[in-house]
Amino acid sequence: MGHRNIHLRSALMIEALQYEFMRNALVAAVLVSIACGIVGTFIVIKRIVFISGGITHAAFGGIGLGYLLGINPVLTAIPFSLVSALGIGVVSKRTKISEDAAIGILWTVGMALGILFVGLSPGYAPDLFSYLFGSILTVPFTDIIIMLILDLIIIATVLLLYKELQALSFDEEFSEIAGVPTQTLYLVLLCLVALSIIVLIRVVGIVLVIALLTIPTTIVKQFTHKLRSLILYSAICAVILTVAGLWFSYLFDLPSGATIVLLLASVFLISALIKRL
Amino acid sequence: MGSNDIIEIDHVYFSYDGLPVLQDVNITIKERDFLAIIGPNGGGKTTILRLILGLLEPDKGTIRVFGRTPKQARRLIGYLPQQFTFDFDFPISVMEIVLMGRLGKRGVGKKYTHEDIKICLQALEKVGMQSFKEREIGNLSGGQRQRVLIARALTSEPRLLLLDEPVSSVDTQWQQSFYELLHDLNKEIAIVLVTHDVSVISTYIDKIACLNRRLYYHGSKEEGIRKISELYECPVHLITHGPSQYSPEERIDD
Repeated sequence: MGHRNIHLRSALMIEALQYEFMRNALVAAVLVSIACGIVGTFIVIKRIVFISGGITHAAFGGIGLGYLLGINPVLTAIPFSLVSALGIGVVSKRTKISEDAAIGILWTVGMALGILFVGLSPGYAPDLFSYLFGSILTVPFTDIIIMLILDLIIIATVLLLYKELQALSFDEEFSEIAGVPTQTLYLVLLCLVALSIIVLIRVVGIVLVIALLTIPTTIVKQFTHKLRSLILYSAICAVILTVAGLWFSYLFDLPSGATIVLLLASVFLISALIKRL
Repeated sequence: MGSNDIIEIDHVYFSYDGLPVLQDVNITIKERDFLAIIGPNGGGKTTILRLILGLLEPDKGTIRVFGRTPKQARRLIGYLPQQFTFDFDFPISVMEIVLMGRLGKRGVGKKYTHEDIKICLQALEKVGMQSFKEREIGNLSGGQRQRVLIARALTSEPRLLLLDEPVSSVDTQWQQSFYELLHDLNKEIAIVLVTHDVSVISTYIDKIACLNRRLYYHGSKEEGIRKISELYECPVHLITHGPSQYSPEERIDD
């Protein structure tokens, strides 16, 4: 009976594609994967996963601000996460505060601000849950446009600064000696992280963003040593697994963000086992 | 500052979080010097190189490189960092690494030119790694990686070469060619080599500085080796190259 239920749901899925929300979800999956492939790769190879986690959670302050001001929270989260990215970059490089302590502070202060703003906003906060845990099926068209624009900014920046970003990630000190403005470039990289987080927030939510920014690249990195292939295949890996996760969540009526993350983790586990064989 | 002095380190003090690393260090390096800075681990050898490169600022004292501040002069310096500072699992090819030496010649956001690629191929040829140019760094041996990093240090067409522990990871069969290469380069540029391994000193080195927080000796090789042998109570072997003026019996250890 459960079997028939699944068949029925598969049929419904195809039918579902005719709905706007489902098309939006698929487009969102592709847009998310572009950000994952490019920025996720630099996060993994430059080893700034924890910083990225800090910026992600700080972005919640921006979401809360959106509720308070009564505008699209994704729009307010953009400046908020950019400022946190710049803040963390400057604090960690220019002061004596240890980087991980600074990240921990920013992480929680951003969350606290978000909670405060939401508490101060009048009435009930609709879809707050979806910003925390993601909801790919409810991504509105306006957010798709925002995601598209941010993706284009990310692609253009990385195309322009590819050799510098690669050099910075491999050997920051040598790049500095060779005359690359490494501090500025590092801040640019953190801003790209901030933008990619905004692209991802709607789909997997703040709590799960880091999974999409690290797992696809970590899976692919076991099989390639080329930066270009790593970016490309991470993006492809993210597309396939996000859509598959979406499909599973639809079939079994599960929360989409969590399903996508757990599917990513399972594939990582399997790939690690294959690699070891 | 003498007319052919390229580095002048003048009464330099440096500390990390209050812990003194260098105290009252004076070193002068002239054009076409081949200086080995020798000392135990933690003796401040890498710190000296980082000060010369302007990556660190001295607490007290001055450093002039080619008559300028280290930051202004750093593009004239080729630098080989220690191997352990790298993540060799990093997705980057040999050619991409060597091209990093050309970053300063191109502006940010500009593509590398044919000239850059030509210079990099020549550098790879010098270290015998031209056939590996497409190879990813993760697929090379420790000695091969070292050669790639040396090639990178050469592609900025430096007037001074700073090498941090270059011998430790060079494979023994290439060690000879490595010193030959340095000897060749030394005809035009000055070389400063840092090592904790006092038992291996090339005959091509002409000056020695012994550094352990303070500078214990700075001068000719022969006198330096005698000092080191006393200090460490261990024999010092000179690596001879080709038909050498030193025969094994004449080693300084006896």
